[in-house]
Amino acid sequence: MATLTVPAGVPPVAEDCEQLRKAFTGWGTNEKLIIDILAHRDAAQRRAIRAAYAETYGEELLRALNDEIHGKFERAVIQWTLDPAERDAVLANEEAKKWHAGGRALVEIACTRTPAQLWAAKQAYHDRFKRSLEEDVAAHVTGEFRKLLVPLVSAYRYDGPEVNTSLAHSEAKILQDKIHDKAYGDEEIIRILTTRSKAQLLATFNSYNDQFSHPINKDLKEDPKDEYLATLRAIIRCFTCPDRYFEKIIRLAIGSIGTDENSLTRIITTRAEVDLKLIKEAYQKRNSVPLEKAVSKDTTRDYEDMLLALLGAEY
Amino acid sequence: MQQFLAVAAQATSNSSTAAPPASPLRSRPPRREQPSIVVKEATMADEHQELTKAFSGLGGLGVEETALVSALGRWRKQPEKRSQFRQGFPGFFTPSAAGGGGTIERCSDEYVKHLKTEFSRFKNLMVLWAMHPWERDARWAHRALHKKHHPAAVLVELACTRTADELLGARRAYHALYHRSLEEDVAYRLRDKEGHLLVGLVAAYRYEGPRVSEDLAKEEATALAAAGAKPQSELVVRVLATRSKPQLRATFRMYEKISGKPLEEEFGGEAPCMREAVRCLDSPAKYFADLIVEAFKEGADKQAKAALTRVVVSRSDADMEEIKEAYLKQHGTKLVDTVAKNTHGHYRDALLAMIGK
Repeated sequence: MATLTVPAGVPPVAEDCEQLRKAFTGWGTNEKLIIDILAHRDAAQRRAIRAAYAETYGEELLRALNDEIHGKFERAVIQWTLDPAERDAVLANEEAKKWHAGGRALVEIACTRTPAQLWAAKQAYHDRFKRSLEEDVAAHVTGEFRKLLVPLVSAYRYDGPEVNTSLAHSEAKILQDKIHDKAYGDEEIIRILTTRSKAQLLATFNSYNDQFSHPINKDLKEDPKDEYLATLRAIIRCFTCPDRYFEKIIRLAIGSIGTDENSLTRIITTRAEVDLKLIKEAYQKRNSVPLEKAVSKDTTRDYEDMLLALLGAEY
Repeated sequence: MQQFLAVAAQATSNSSTAAPPASPLRSRPPRREQPSIVVKEATMADEHQELTKAFSGLGGLGVEETALVSALGRWRKQPEKRSQFRQGFPGFFTPSAAGGGGTIERCSDEYVKHLKTEFSRFKNLMVLWAMHPWERDARWAHRALHKKHHPAAVLVELACTRTADELLGARRAYHALYHRSLEEDVAYRLRDKEGHLLVGLVAAYRYEGPRVSEDLAKEEATALAAAGAKPQSELVVRVLATRSKPQLRATFRMYEKISGKPLEEEFGGEAPCMREAVRCLDSPAKYFADLIVEAFKEGADKQAKAALTRVVVSRSDADMEEIKEAYLKQHGTKLVDTVAKNTHGHYRDALLAMIGK
């Protein structure tokens, strides 16, 4: 499911560090070498490289990267190199601080990570920012979004397969009632979406489809410009079909006018070790064109090379 | 001799039972006449009182196991002694006609239920002590949610007095035991009563470091004062459920400075959980000391008494010293003394062992 390609014979950590150091020193920077190494190491290997680099050269690898490379490329490399938990913490912090209604990073982190990964992200958040994620979301997000997002990021959902089917039926009915009354911010909707386990939610959405003959998202499309409804739909899709959800975000990011590099970088770096392959397949299916080709068309130079490497393109 | 008479007279007046049949006690017999009979009567009343006390008939928590067993030994092959004891303890036994003439003093079902609770205090304490703290907390939370008469205050206590990792551990244990998350159940079952606050508190993963921003404390205290600190207000829930404990304490102090009274006094009877939350977050030791006082009060109900075991077992390794200090400060007596006076048997010994000197 992952697209990350790690060479069969991985060089020892010390050698990787040395090569990276060489890439930084002297005139200019050898971006290709950086990509060749970092984009082909998994999380554990990257962690080892960072530790060894700091010990050998007395400087944080990320600081060195920050000095040597810039712009979208720098953002992509740094985001990639971070540990998944740290990465989520940084993305969450960024979005919370400068929150706007269309933000999706918080929703993705809360809904597509396992409960254990979400908790690891929150721990990393404590360590890095000396505050809790919930605090910052509560302090910077406003209005009805706050009522939705604070519980969404606070939840530590049950992770197992047990499902209560009659509860699924009754909660599907509750959702339908509230949606029918256009009470989209109702406490019951928020309660169900932010506390029930993934298995229970899937059962609930299935029951909704069974009882009312159409998927729940169809009923949440009353106003295409309403960002709150869009957020609700995003939450539901993150649970039911994450690969298609990510495909859509990428498609819109690469879309016609300009490129939303932040979203593109976010999805590719956070999913490369998880399910980027499925996302690629979904993209091909929906757009009749391979994702690499679309990315290549819309991005340039080192940034493009980095993304393509993470997408599993051959070098 | 004198002290026997005094004790016997005391026993006669103290026990709300029928007076023991011996009338010689009522008038003071001459010192040298019939000393043995007087001694025997005095000891009998003594024994009755001791056994009544051992059966938890004179108040206090737990039963005096050693006294019970020694009575067994002493009264072996002496059914008339037991019969007299039953007659002397109307709270436990009431005379009732048995079929075919004659009366038996039958056991009161109410009292047997009472005894079940008292006998099992020690058992409950030991089982809770042996459990992993996370499982313990998860079970208490589950009981608070699913049994009818358990106050939601237990949930507030768990959510606000445990460290962030302990609370998370309890939530994990809850997953394993009940196949649902604690937040789910709290949200579902407490929808009407201060549900928002409880879900927020229970789902919190607070930053545990000491860093406090005085500016932020001032800002939030001012906002709270301006909003009138109404219960259920979103602002209050948000602040109480997300900020770190040191930060909250700074905010509470700032609030008192600005508005002249402590925050917990703003929340009256309509928001008991909010008040409990503020008290637990501000000063858990004081909160626990107050719970212990409630447990020993006259007329305390089942939950209040059970709180004693809960507090001692869960805080024995944590902040028991602070609780003892808070207790001494509030009530002028040492906690160990109150416990020793008002509990019996193994239960008493177990509590004292966990409270420490």
